[in-house]
Amino acid sequence: MKAISPRAAWSRLIFDKLIHAGVTLFPYIPDFGNDDLVKLAETDNRSRAILLSSEAEGIALCAGADLVGGRGVLLMQSSGVGNCPNMLSLIQGGRFPMLMIVTMRGDYGEQNPWQYPMGRAVIPILEAMGVQCILVERENELEQSVDAALSAAFIAERGVALILTQKFLGAKAF
Amino acid sequence: MMEYLPKREIDRHGLLAHLFPKPDDYLLLAGLAGAAKDAAAWTKETDNLLTLGGAMGGAISMGLGMALAAPGRKVAVITGDGELLMNAGALATVASAAPQNLTIVCIDNGEHGETGGQPGHTSKRTKLATLAAGAGIASVMTVSKPDELPAARDFLADAICPKFLWVRVMAGPPADYKRNWDLIDCRLRFRRANVAAN
Repeated sequence: MKAISPRAAWSRLIFDKLIHAGVTLFPYIPDFGNDDLVKLAETDNRSRAILLSSEAEGIALCAGADLVGGRGVLLMQSSGVGNCPNMLSLIQGGRFPMLMIVTMRGDYGEQNPWQYPMGRAVIPILEAMGVQCILVERENELEQSVDAALSAAFIAERGVALILTQKFLGAKAF
Repeated sequence: MMEYLPKREIDRHGLLAHLFPKPDDYLLLAGLAGAAKDAAAWTKETDNLLTLGGAMGGAISMGLGMALAAPGRKVAVITGDGELLMNAGALATVASAAPQNLTIVCIDNGEHGETGGQPGHTSKRTKLATLAAGAGIASVMTVSKPDELPAARDFLADAICPKFLWVRVMAGPPADYKRNWDLIDCRLRFRRANVAAN
């Protein structure tokens, strides 16, 4: 029997809230932490998962969807934040809605030293480009944090990153 | 002896009007610099066009987002060789997503015109049509001479999407056109014209 992922329940909660908010496009770079969310987006007929080559593409893709009234969310690992700043100038400059869900590496309990430089730079980079960071550290914070991120992105029409920390996700063991 | 790369003999002035006889049939997204100026001058900044002034490397992805969110509309991305190569992986993303309404036209002048005409990869060894075909784009065509343009127009009208047209144009300045630089204004104008129409 296939074991149920520890991420299954909260991934479902996030997915349902995104669908309810009218999000249909789920561009992503695969990560351990967003794997369940991507699978939900792939299998549900209300949503479409789109495999990217680089995270920056997902920012432009979501902005393009907005131009015709669509809504997207970018699913990515924290290391990919380094690929994003120039494209985020589109979001700040045009006041596009932009929702990123960033699964963290290199912040709490990380064993891989390669992950730390980008892990420590995630929030400074996003804030420098005008993206609000909403951190989730405990399961009981998740629901309100998702609502807050959806409001910031699609009602206030701003750039916002929902950051799922390693305290919340658990650190990957090697 | 065959040249390694196709020559660049097409004049970019008037190119887009020739390739797209009915621009109103498309949602148009132009990458920064020369491609944006050509597209803006061609359509006089129609409400169906958004031109980028930065975010280099984003044009194809932005067009893909439009195409996926508005499957009932035809979407065309007009961009340059430098802009495209800054995010060439987007071609693979387009190929995998396989939108049935997305066209990409690359106006390749082989140089970075906006910054002083410094030579780019497509003046050396890089074949963008091979890159697009290798990424898995369904339909790919190259044109380098003026007498090939009618076939290019037919390709844009009839070939299966996603499709990629590589146009080798002569060096020299793009259209001289002063665009609206206010992206907030451009976004709202585009949405007013196109969101309800889907």
